[in-house]
Amino acid sequence: MSDLEQFRKDTRAWLEENCPAEMRKPVRSEEDACWGGRNFKFSCPEQKLWLERMGERGWTAPEWPKEYGGGGLSREQAKILKEEMAAIKARPPLLSFGIWMLGPALLKYGSEEQKKRFLPPIVRGEIRWCQGYSEPGAGSDLASLQTRCEDKGDHFEVTGQKIWTSYADKADWIFCLVRTDREAPKHLGISFILFDMQSPGVSTKPILLISGKSPFCETFFDAVKVPKDQLVGELNKGWDIAKYLLTHEREMIGDSGGGGAFGGRALGQIAVDALGADAQGRLKDPALRAKLAQAEIDGWAFLLTMERLKDEAKAGQGMGARSSMLKYYGTELNKRRFELMMQSRGLSALEWEGEASRDGELARTWLRTKANSIEGGTSEVQLNIIAKRILGLPAS
Amino acid sequence: MALVLNEEEEMLRDSARGFLAEKAPVSALRALRDSRDPLGWSRSLWREMAGMGWTGILVPEEFGGMDYGMVGAGLIAQEMGRNLTASPFIATAIMAATALREGSDEIRKKWLPGIAAGDTIMALAVDEGIKHDPAKTALAARPHGNGYRLNGTKGYIIDGWDADALIVAARTSGDPGDKKGISLFVVENGAQGLATERTILLDSRNYAAATFEDVDVAGDALLGPLDGGWDVLEGALNAGRAALAAEMLGASERSFEMTMDYIKERKQFGVHVGSFQGLQHRAAHLYSEIELVKSAVLSALQMFATAPQMAGAAAALAKAKAGEVGVLAANEAVQMHGGIGMTDEYDIGFYMKRIRAAQELLGDYAFHADRLATLRGF
Repeated sequence: MSDLEQFRKDTRAWLEENCPAEMRKPVRSEEDACWGGRNFKFSCPEQKLWLERMGERGWTAPEWPKEYGGGGLSREQAKILKEEMAAIKARPPLLSFGIWMLGPALLKYGSEEQKKRFLPPIVRGEIRWCQGYSEPGAGSDLASLQTRCEDKGDHFEVTGQKIWTSYADKADWIFCLVRTDREAPKHLGISFILFDMQSPGVSTKPILLISGKSPFCETFFDAVKVPKDQLVGELNKGWDIAKYLLTHEREMIGDSGGGGAFGGRALGQIAVDALGADAQGRLKDPALRAKLAQAEIDGWAFLLTMERLKDEAKAGQGMGARSSMLKYYGTELNKRRFELMMQSRGLSALEWEGEASRDGELARTWLRTKANSIEGGTSEVQLNIIAKRILGLPAS
Repeated sequence: MALVLNEEEEMLRDSARGFLAEKAPVSALRALRDSRDPLGWSRSLWREMAGMGWTGILVPEEFGGMDYGMVGAGLIAQEMGRNLTASPFIATAIMAATALREGSDEIRKKWLPGIAAGDTIMALAVDEGIKHDPAKTALAARPHGNGYRLNGTKGYIIDGWDADALIVAARTSGDPGDKKGISLFVVENGAQGLATERTILLDSRNYAAATFEDVDVAGDALLGPLDGGWDVLEGALNAGRAALAAEMLGASERSFEMTMDYIKERKQFGVHVGSFQGLQHRAAHLYSEIELVKSAVLSALQMFATAPQMAGAAAALAKAKAGEVGVLAANEAVQMHGGIGMTDEYDIGFYMKRIRAAQELLGDYAFHADRLATLRGF
């Protein structure tokens, strides 16, 4: 038996033993998932247990080095872990901006001391992070951000406002882009800092969205004191980190688009349940069936593309600007899938309150997907990046 | 299996790219068309391909082939797509060879060595209507003496004109629409009662229409089981579909490159037209779509060896997506080239014509989308 086969066998046995039955049911929404953090309310004891067991092995961040609490797995091993978790329908033990975004940036740009201090609590789900990027005047043009950070000798002082900060009201710490040089060209005066959301001067205000939910906040900083050892990388070099981190964010957001597209339950089967099939098992609505088939085709091809780009990245051709392609295609695809899901469920998809619809879960999630192609860089920004950085088309 | 090429596969692709760019670029297809070449492809080029082992790429070694598998075959098809190389590669080296591998010892011995050597051209005669639908096979084969007697017609046979033999899908029982009751027969060129003529399509390639009037074949012309030829036929068609998808990918990639080069050069209003966001966003979208085709094609090619039970679905995915994106690539290429894209003198129109044909052959988008939807339970 090869090492990988042995690993698969051991992993399967461990998961079978340690993944509670309750954690093998599908996650219904972002609120139903485990986000961890100081104040997180676990939906059941099994959710806590599952996080603890996986966190202890470092399997919440399987490919991070062991010395920082990660699983220390190779890409092949991590793939096996993912496959084995999927086989028993195990939930991800933890959803975390710390794992998806901050961690990779710290691993690349953080000091040894910062890695040792910040990474292990992320792996264990003890500290929940949020991302302070967008500002009222800095959306697609992120580099024009104005939140001020001044050197006060023994500490920094941060004053300004962020917007669209995901779950800022629930997060323990923030990784934040701030302006440290107001004279320099806009990309060259930005720094990347970390601070505790309980620091005096930090306040948050949830934004009510069209879905009726408030996953995003306005975040205000009024002369917030930040210790100097919480600057990541060099002063005024924060834009490089921001770009690197956005690459990870794009892969992550893109990922959610193809997720379960092929292999999982087909969208078309959901439609058959709702609308019925003819004697040959074909969905009764042929126009909808054609659109669903197209979404299946694109979903499967997109999933294969995620796999191929990861395989190529591993073989030495970094993903680079191609993460913009994943972000663009994955989010547009996800929006299409939800449009089709709404169409498949007909009038019942419109239900906003009541037990049958779990208080309009589908309608609200459908509305939520509209942000997919805005957050983390709009589809139009991704297309600009592809045109310039991959296709080499001239600037206007 | 990782979705990347290994070193050997990369070498094969690079050598195919170099060879075809030199020997069979678009200008070669143009010359064949302009001279109204009776065959539509070059026999001397085919012999050179045989010399490199391409014609026997799917033929087992004991019959003189390389037995290299579908990834290599698809890479060659992809490079042929870049150059719009005209050759019976997909008909003979991929589809006929795949079908013949399932035949009796006699059949394999009789035909495979000739294919590997580049001496024998064979084609698959399937379609009878204007839409690909192999289950609808109606051409009748009835027992006659020690063999069978064939009556019916076939059309749009890929590279079927002047082929040394046709592999004919015929109905031996059941009704058109039934998958059961289809049998395959090898019918040699010049058989009594067989009349073929060349059909000229927009892509200037070789197609044939064939009429069978009391064509008698011996019992040993049966390829695969009687009434159970469907699986053999599907295996060959799936290989052909994946290869056509690879060819369309190559054609899409090349026409996209030509288009990007053009809009970086062409100036209007005093600036490069490639600097306009209206074109940039469409180009970036098309780039993304072509990336999806690359993944679907490579995955399908790999599955013939790694997960044969999934190869049919994967080939359907690749064929559907490559056809859809190929049409988009061709349309955008002509539009972004503007007036010059409409001229016969410029090559881009050749890509548009070939892609149009290839997306229709062996099942269009709707055909394969229907297959996948059925497979996925809706």
